[in-house]
Amino acid sequence: MNTSTHSIGDVTSCDHSQSWVYTDVVKDHFFHPRNFVQDEEEVNIFEGHGQYGSPACGDEMHVWIKVDPDSKRITDFKWRTFGCASAIAATSIASEIVLENGGMTIEEAKHLKPQTIIERLGGLPNRKIHCSVLCDKALLKAIEDYENR
Amino acid sequence: MPCSICDALMKIQEKVKKLYFRTQKTNKLFVYLDHAATTSVDLRVQEVMLSFLDQTYGNPSSLYQKGMEAKHALDQAREQIAKILHAKEQEIIFTSGGTESDNLAILGFARANKEKGKHLITTKLEHHAVLEAMMQLEKNEGFEVTFLEPNKQGLITAKQVKEAVRSDTILVSVMYANNEVGTIFPIAEIGNLLQKYRQEHQQSFPVFHTDACQATGYLDLDCEKLHVDLLTINGSKMYGPKGVGVLFVKQGIKLQPLMFGGGQERSLRPGTENVSGIVGLAKALEIAQKERQTESTRQLVLRDFLIERILSTIPKTRLNGHTTERLPNNVNISFEGIEGEALLLYLDHEGIAVSTGSACTSQSLEPSHVLTALGLPHEQAHSSIRFTLGRSTTQKDLEFVLSVLPQVVKKLRSLSPLA
Repeated sequence: MNTSTHSIGDVTSCDHSQSWVYTDVVKDHFFHPRNFVQDEEEVNIFEGHGQYGSPACGDEMHVWIKVDPDSKRITDFKWRTFGCASAIAATSIASEIVLENGGMTIEEAKHLKPQTIIERLGGLPNRKIHCSVLCDKALLKAIEDYENR
Repeated sequence: MPCSICDALMKIQEKVKKLYFRTQKTNKLFVYLDHAATTSVDLRVQEVMLSFLDQTYGNPSSLYQKGMEAKHALDQAREQIAKILHAKEQEIIFTSGGTESDNLAILGFARANKEKGKHLITTKLEHHAVLEAMMQLEKNEGFEVTFLEPNKQGLITAKQVKEAVRSDTILVSVMYANNEVGTIFPIAEIGNLLQKYRQEHQQSFPVFHTDACQATGYLDLDCEKLHVDLLTINGSKMYGPKGVGVLFVKQGIKLQPLMFGGGQERSLRPGTENVSGIVGLAKALEIAQKERQTESTRQLVLRDFLIERILSTIPKTRLNGHTTERLPNNVNISFEGIEGEALLLYLDHEGIAVSTGSACTSQSLEPSHVLTALGLPHEQAHSSIRFTLGRSTTQKDLEFVLSVLPQVVKKLRSLSPLA
């Protein structure tokens, strides 16, 4: 995988200034999550809902999207996640990536890669990658749901 | 004479300075509730260890004065520990800690006695140091292992053990108290049953090992009363140093060593002895046993206060493990809808140190084998937090935890699709 994930050990950050297993970006998104569902009512009118993972495995993610019918851009992205710090931070930052610059188009969002999310987080401990970056899959399901409606 | 007083004064001054800097660095309140993971080294223990680092640093095997002084300290520590365990001095073997003691007991005994039988008994709740050693014997050395199932509260009965014994059973290993849910096992009763079995069948098998690492500060360690043949103790769980442990090996029990070298510890554990560590462990054990009754009573009240308040003030919480057959310092609770690592890190952010049975903090990414053996669904195991109290824990500490916990749980549940 990319160098940024490898440079971060499991017990210290890359600059060795902190004993956390996570980067400052992960911490920031974990303690101050963006775009999560605060009001259930608000996502009822969203056009796509996707779910991925299972609580038995320790991670479950839900994503709701709102799509502009003309531009096919995703104009809103809300989420809920049961999972560890990296799962919460990954979903939070994914919502920012999708919504920035006026929102990704559906086609662009379909190609959102876990690697992009991990890079934006400044890396994740290796063992956390496959289990906690599931938001791209939940997003795909939400897009599928939108297209099937 | 005045010089030694000066020395003592300087030492005290340095200690005060150190303490001052320690509190300066962390002006935020810090509440450590992970005493089952490890403890700090008691000041009284540090004190007895110090001179073995810079003055009595001799090798106990050396014949000159400095060596003999170290040897004397080693003998004294052994005597002190033997007395507490109601054992003979030659029955005390020093090791590098709990894992090594468990491994030496299980691998060492099974290998030395494999001609006598190939069946071993243990429980599903043991520490990995026991489980992995057992699995090693099963996988690669032709042994068959019975892993006893606990009930939903995490209890194993003596009857269960007795029913599992076969004519070819050579070793039974059951922990004294569980590290995750704190369940206390009926070791004396199991030991008694096994002793009767041996007498009735006029044989010397099966022998009985117990891992007592979590029990040292709270339970009776009299090996005669417990009827154990092998017993594991670890320094770092009882306010002693890390990297030092004890294996009690009853006279007549044959072990095959795991290491080979210079013949120390009756050749069962060769290598230059960790004198400062051993002296520290002896002191730590002495204090732990001396204070265990008052500390048990004190911590039990705090434990029940914490359990009661969490269960009554935070919805969708449940206590894991037994309500009464439980170490006085163990609280293990599942918070529905929240993943344990997330909660652990939010609490850490507030200055509270706890641990979790969630997969996310383990290397294997599997949830706790103890909680799943209790029949907990995986999502409940992922949602578990263990608080373990200790000597320094106060009512004020717990009140701080209780002032932080509800809002942290609420925040994480607001992010969760399951809550």
